[in-house]
Amino acid sequence: MVEHRPALNLLSHVVLILGVLIVAFPVYLTFVASTQSAQDIATARPVSLLPGSHMLETYKLALLGGNTSTGSLIPAAAPMLWVSLVSALIIAIGKIAISLLSAFAIVYFRFPLRGLVFWSIFITLMLPVEVRISPTYAVVSNLGMLNTYAGLTVPLIASATATFVFRQFFLTVPDELVEAARIDGAGPLRFFKDVLLPLSATSIAALFVIQFIYGWNQYLWPLLVTTSEDKYPIVMGIKRLIVGEAFVDWNVVMATALLAMLPPALVVVLMQKWFVKGLVDTEK
Amino acid sequence: MAAEKRVVFRSAWLPWVLVAPQLAIVAVFFFWPAAQALVQSLLQEDAFGTSTDFVGLENFERLFADESYLASFQTTAIFSVLVAGSGLSLALLLAVMADRVVRGAALYKTLLIWPYAVAPAVAAILWLFMFATPMGVVSYALRALGLEWNHLLDSRHAMALIVMAAVWKQISYNFLFFLAGLQAIPKSLIEAAAIDGARPWRRFWTIVFPLLSPTTFFLLVINVVYAFFDTFAIVDAATQGGPGKDTSILVYKVYYDGFKALDMGGSAAQSVVLMVVVVALTVIQFRFVERKVNY
Amino acid sequence: MNLKSLPRTLAVPAALLLALCAPAHAQTEVQWWHSMGGALGEWVNDLAKDFNASQKDYKIVPAFKGTYDESMAASIAAFRAGNAPHIVQVFEVGTATMMYSKGAIVPVAKVMADGGQKFDPKAYVPAVAGYYTAPNGQMLSFPFNSSTTVFHYNKDAFKAAGLNPDAPPKTWPEVALAAAKLKAAGHACPFTTSWVSWTQLESFSAWHNTEFATKGNGFNGLDTRLAVNTPLHLRHIENLANMATQKLFVYKGRGNAADATFVSGECAMMTGSSGLYGSVKRNAKFAAGISTLPYYPDVPGAPQNTVIGGASLWVMSGRKPAEYKGVAAFFAYLSRPEVAAQSHQRTGYLPVTLAAYELTEQAGFYAQNPGTDVAVTQMIRKTTDKSRGIRLGNFAQIRTVVDEEMEQVWSGKKSPKEALDAAIKRSNELLERFQKATKS
Repeated sequence: MVEHRPALNLLSHVVLILGVLIVAFPVYLTFVASTQSAQDIATARPVSLLPGSHMLETYKLALLGGNTSTGSLIPAAAPMLWVSLVSALIIAIGKIAISLLSAFAIVYFRFPLRGLVFWSIFITLMLPVEVRISPTYAVVSNLGMLNTYAGLTVPLIASATATFVFRQFFLTVPDELVEAARIDGAGPLRFFKDVLLPLSATSIAALFVIQFIYGWNQYLWPLLVTTSEDKYPIVMGIKRLIVGEAFVDWNVVMATALLAMLPPALVVVLMQKWFVKGLVDTEK
Repeated sequence: MAAEKRVVFRSAWLPWVLVAPQLAIVAVFFFWPAAQALVQSLLQEDAFGTSTDFVGLENFERLFADESYLASFQTTAIFSVLVAGSGLSLALLLAVMADRVVRGAALYKTLLIWPYAVAPAVAAILWLFMFATPMGVVSYALRALGLEWNHLLDSRHAMALIVMAAVWKQISYNFLFFLAGLQAIPKSLIEAAAIDGARPWRRFWTIVFPLLSPTTFFLLVINVVYAFFDTFAIVDAATQGGPGKDTSILVYKVYYDGFKALDMGGSAAQSVVLMVVVVALTVIQFRFVERKVNY
Repeated sequence: MNLKSLPRTLAVPAALLLALCAPAHAQTEVQWWHSMGGALGEWVNDLAKDFNASQKDYKIVPAFKGTYDESMAASIAAFRAGNAPHIVQVFEVGTATMMYSKGAIVPVAKVMADGGQKFDPKAYVPAVAGYYTAPNGQMLSFPFNSSTTVFHYNKDAFKAAGLNPDAPPKTWPEVALAAAKLKAAGHACPFTTSWVSWTQLESFSAWHNTEFATKGNGFNGLDTRLAVNTPLHLRHIENLANMATQKLFVYKGRGNAADATFVSGECAMMTGSSGLYGSVKRNAKFAAGISTLPYYPDVPGAPQNTVIGGASLWVMSGRKPAEYKGVAAFFAYLSRPEVAAQSHQRTGYLPVTLAAYELTEQAGFYAQNPGTDVAVTQMIRKTTDKSRGIRLGNFAQIRTVVDEEMEQVWSGKKSPKEALDAAIKRSNELLERFQKATKS
């Protein structure tokens, strides 16, 4: 900002506040609904915007499971949050690891069929998992990976987003660095470990955020591949609460939804700085 | 490939070792199932696969003879334009404002990026909760204002609902990218223009926006792909493609035919068509982005 | 130590060791995939728990697999991968798909016979079991959670509008009159419905002893086609369309979206599932009543019986004989009068066996909970060829087609005749496709 323009400053704040209100309103409503009782919501026309008094008991119910006053049994969300956490971490870390290696190979080596390898990896961006889900399930089943963390995570690692981002980034690294490493007598792996990786820190952070959220928010794939309830991730748990012909305990649904939003939101907020820096770096 | 490195390493075996993990996973968990999915588009079978018939291109013919399928191309186009257009403009506005303010910038940023963390399935539930009668706060407010909100029977309201739910999630993502892009613009350029007497409005359109164009274009394609592929959960929860078929976007039909109607052949055929569309979009992006970006 | 006595001295500790290491009894596990969430999920888990506790040979392991469509898709994917669960809960509209799958399922009658369980098809409520029975009398799937279409109404709203809360409308003309009075008293939503196709066309047809689809609603042949363009059906949709225009009938969405509007008091009258009873009793802040589905008094044969909704349990093929014995034992357990009666009273679903109905009546349940017997009395009747049930392929899609076309009527975009004709045309295409895919 160059000059002093108070009117424009005020306008900026107004716009931002409005934006925050609109964007954050659904989340606020989720919170408010989770503090009311299920009967209140069922008979509300519309739902009250003020927080109710049932917050502690609702969250305890959502997190640890138990019986509601209307007689339904709520399964505990805590184990499901754990499953989501482990899956998201495996997916994020796994994907970043193999993509770093592939992108490095593609950018820094010249080898026969390099173009083919490049495009075979990139074509995975063009057919999302929902579309090929049934045959993928057959493969996973044949490999005996049903209802395991491996089954939940490995097929989701098979897409090229991370490789793409790393490729873009590696292409921006000045050639002089490679030459300097060469002169120092370092081989490709030393260069990778000592020069490239540290430079890629922000991109890795950005991708970690994206992949963690991707893995955390999966619904359809875990639905197919899990056969016992101890492997259900949290998004499945939320849907389970609203499915069926019986009464829906909306307050517990909202509390669980909020609990499900917290870890990825935390990841985004905490890694914001690196995330933004990582995006800036890859675009340059 | 357009971009190349001048300086590379030489090794006969190392690159292969490096790409092996990804190639293995891609081969087993992408190519093999994808090939099977594509083969299914040429078959007509019962749900369990116990009686299978090779029918060639019949599934595709049936698709293109179905006027509701052709209509859904139009619905998808409208939906994508609305989602990408409003998602980008709103995010750009917020990013520009956030870039300007000094006080509270961190707070605004933190509050604006929450929706990105929300799963599409959950976002759909939240929006339905806000709009469904009788408990919906927003539909109540709209009716109090005199608008006869009825997304069950009014196609425009239904489209507005799914667009809002879809855009809400994307605003944070776009916002972050735009903010990053804005912060990458050298302040000296803007100051120079200010010294020359250009007012903020002019400065934005003549300097900032053109410099932001690679980001904008990148986000445009990402948003369109998002609108094409990742929104079926929203449609499923909010309108189920209704009223009639007026919010039945292409990917929702793929999901519906594969999972609810259990018509594997038809669903696979639609996936092939969708894949062709997305390949075209990706190729365009590669051409464009590679051209505009200087490494 | 004397070598000869070594075996004996080791025998006891060895036996103890074996007793500790070996499993108490090798239990055969039986996988059961279901779609019951919330309170109903607890019911399912309790059934499994009680059965497991009642004997030592088999262990039923229930797993929630999403909505009815999702769990069906999951079962199919599992079957194709050679890994199907033993028992799957499939909704009523999936019956034809399951039935016509060559070799993918094992009929329940066969499972019971092979498992050495006593099995008398006549013990089950005819209108319930009939839906899941082949034309030759062989029961294909086990009726588990069945509801039927009933008429819910808000007694307090009736009183406020000057209507007699204990005399609900029994015919459609009476419904229209009641709606008009409610509207005059200021009610914004006098009448609504959930599950449009089920309540207004399918059950409607059976209630009037009319065919919904040809060939005995699909029981007698794969070449069945929709038959809802008779004057009766047209008259009914036209009435509803008129009510919609006059804001007497307010459309509240597909599936069971409308249920919440009744429970909250927003809508005063609703045709919907009998299963809503539990929800209403627990949460409604008004006195609610249940009555029979309305009908047209000038139609001969009306009222006949209504059509069920809900789901049944199918047994998938490809598992071991010992495991099927476990399935049979479980089904026998579920059919025990006390168990079936308990399930009926707990959930509001129809009783599966006649004995369960009688037990419940004797216990005074219906007297203490007025309205809970309406659903049952609509079903405990001899069925006709036109009212036994509906068996159509691609039925889930057909229901969606009906939803879509009817929405055009409620919003005024199509006339009832156009919409019904379009629904029939599109549904018949689906039926043809099913016929072709199955015959091959």
